[in-house]
Amino acid sequence: MISRREFLQATAAASALTIGSGLGSLGRVAAQQRLTQADITKFDPLGTVTLLHVTDIHAQLMPLHFREPSVNLGVGEAKGQPPHLTDAEFRNYFKIATNSADAFALTADDFVQLARNYGRMGGMDRIATLIGAVRAERGADKVLLLDGGDAWQGSWTSLQTKGQDMIDVMSALKVDAMTGHWEFTYGAERVKQVADTAPFAFLAQNIRDNEWQEPVFEARKMFERGGAKIAVIGQALPRTAVANPRWMFPKWEFGIREEDMQKQVDEARADGASIVVLLSHNGFDVDRKLAGRVKGLDVILTGHTHDAMPGLVKVGNTVLVASGSHGKFVSRLDIAVKDNKVADIRFKLMPVFADAIAPDPAMSKLVEQVRAPFAKELSRVVGKTDSLLYRRGNFNGTFDDLICNAMLAERDAEIALSPGFRWGGTLLPEENITWEHVTNATAITYPNCYRNQMTGAQLKEVLEDIADNIFHPDPYFQGGGDMVRIGGMGYSIDVGQVMGSRISNLTHLKTGKPIEASKNYTVSGWASISENTQGPPIWDVLAAHVSRVGAVKIEPNTAVKVTGA
Amino acid sequence: MSWTTVATTRRETLTLAGIAGLAALLAPRMSFADEATVAAEIKKLYGDKKFDSGKVKLDVPEIAENGLVVPVNVEVESPMTETDYVKAVHVFADGNPLPGIVSYKFTPACGKAAASTRMRLAQTQNIICIAEMSNGSLYMTKSNVKVTIGGCGG
Repeated sequence: MISRREFLQATAAASALTIGSGLGSLGRVAAQQRLTQADITKFDPLGTVTLLHVTDIHAQLMPLHFREPSVNLGVGEAKGQPPHLTDAEFRNYFKIATNSADAFALTADDFVQLARNYGRMGGMDRIATLIGAVRAERGADKVLLLDGGDAWQGSWTSLQTKGQDMIDVMSALKVDAMTGHWEFTYGAERVKQVADTAPFAFLAQNIRDNEWQEPVFEARKMFERGGAKIAVIGQALPRTAVANPRWMFPKWEFGIREEDMQKQVDEARADGASIVVLLSHNGFDVDRKLAGRVKGLDVILTGHTHDAMPGLVKVGNTVLVASGSHGKFVSRLDIAVKDNKVADIRFKLMPVFADAIAPDPAMSKLVEQVRAPFAKELSRVVGKTDSLLYRRGNFNGTFDDLICNAMLAERDAEIALSPGFRWGGTLLPEENITWEHVTNATAITYPNCYRNQMTGAQLKEVLEDIADNIFHPDPYFQGGGDMVRIGGMGYSIDVGQVMGSRISNLTHLKTGKPIEASKNYTVSGWASISENTQGPPIWDVLAAHVSRVGAVKIEPNTAVKVTGA
Repeated sequence: MSWTTVATTRRETLTLAGIAGLAALLAPRMSFADEATVAAEIKKLYGDKKFDSGKVKLDVPEIAENGLVVPVNVEVESPMTETDYVKAVHVFADGNPLPGIVSYKFTPACGKAAASTRMRLAQTQNIICIAEMSNGSLYMTKSNVKVTIGGCGG
């Protein structure tokens, strides 16, 4: 674990490595309310190798709004450490000006006003332009493009095509390698079929056949760029079989597999790698711990937890990169190699401001083509929102409040449970809600919205279990989502306690009465990992509700009281 | 279409909430082992003898992916010669209805004191592994395995 002081030294390039040029001069440019593609791609090149990293795009082909969290608590050694900083704390740490483009891209307060100034972010055609510009500047033989996974899931078109839209786009982008997580929810067979035929490598050192412990995927691949050998090791989400339905890949076993990872690093060095890169879907805190325990990793390209940071975090000789989500950023690392080793690294988190970047024509065409069969239903307006609708935050988001309200009303339930997913777009007040928006927040392969009876004791047990998945002080015991969202019930949580003692004061909001341990409540929820869950798909429940209520208005959520943070 | 409410067992309810619901597989009044039960079992085998740490490598997942079949791999450091070898290895779980998981006996002819199996775990608990050496010395190690209801990832 590096201290904040050490980190600042690192970002100030006080160490041997030149680290963290951050967003460069964007702050000043933003103050002038102008932003150009040249500002975004501006980079003082270094060495002969460039790594480009995107991750957690969640099948967002088009530019969108995505509000970063205003609550993102770190526990244990991660407490108060980046990326567990938000709003003013985040801006102070990374020296970002209030109201700047960086502030809009990376923090949550004043989101609505800044969104109206700076417009949408992401879009695969803009990403293609940035990648093309770097390849043109450096020479394609010096550039390695890596995708950290969660690329094929998160939209209606990806769901309908089993990820084929994104597979086509990523192939056209000439991605060199990827790893996975949500990809696996299309089923083992589908992922294997793509991994065996796609032009990019699908790498995962930590997935085994559970009968014979044989590797399911290639663990690593050696690339040669700019005269240097670069070994890329893939790491899929270690908790996939717990976080998502195991029945979709019943013969696979995951886990962190630290020792096997060390073997991969050692073998890569023995094979002559000058740079060893971990393309990871562990989540940031898991990677930070792992970086201190596995020796010889030069770079960890982190993913899963959707953190975006304009500086690198350094642990020993390993640098950690956090490239955000939803196509909002492309990370560039230039690496100088000397005597078969990394000598220097220069980094920039390139923000993908859709209005500042000219779309790549070929990619625009491909995106239009893959969306065409669904274009009509995607643009269908189902309602309108008066409130800002967003997902991220440890305990609630207004979009999840809307989904919970939909389940309470449409399924006639007393309590609603909605999963703490970190993906899904943000809608500004006065925007229409289209079928695309509804499905960007719900498109999964196990969407059934169940209705059932649970006792108060069971509800507490569920909350305790999920809270431990987020707030266990050892990141190796964490799973990476946010807290389950609750409609109709309030609770208090002390994140500093141990499992079984964090949750208290369960309250039935409608009556104001305490939830009784032995009493049955009617509960509706979705995204159950249990096979054969019954109920209509959540997008139908949500769309029905939105079209029925007219303009959506979400009141501030005060139902969760947090202490111990 | 109408979706009716169906009363379910505790297991089904938990599973619906997101889950693999392992603790819930057991009847609520079933009694579980605890640290004391495991200590008593070990005492039956070795009396009041002292345990050292080291030598025993216990490989279990931090989080069980399926509590019904949790992999457990044990390896004990030893030259495995006629005069210096591992005689026995015992694995216990302190949160199952019955604490004993497995016992292995080794001879120098085994060449290596290593074994793998799968165990069923009712809930989050400690796995305790002890090794008995040919010279009578004893080693012990312990790991916690979390059994979670899961869901909500990502």
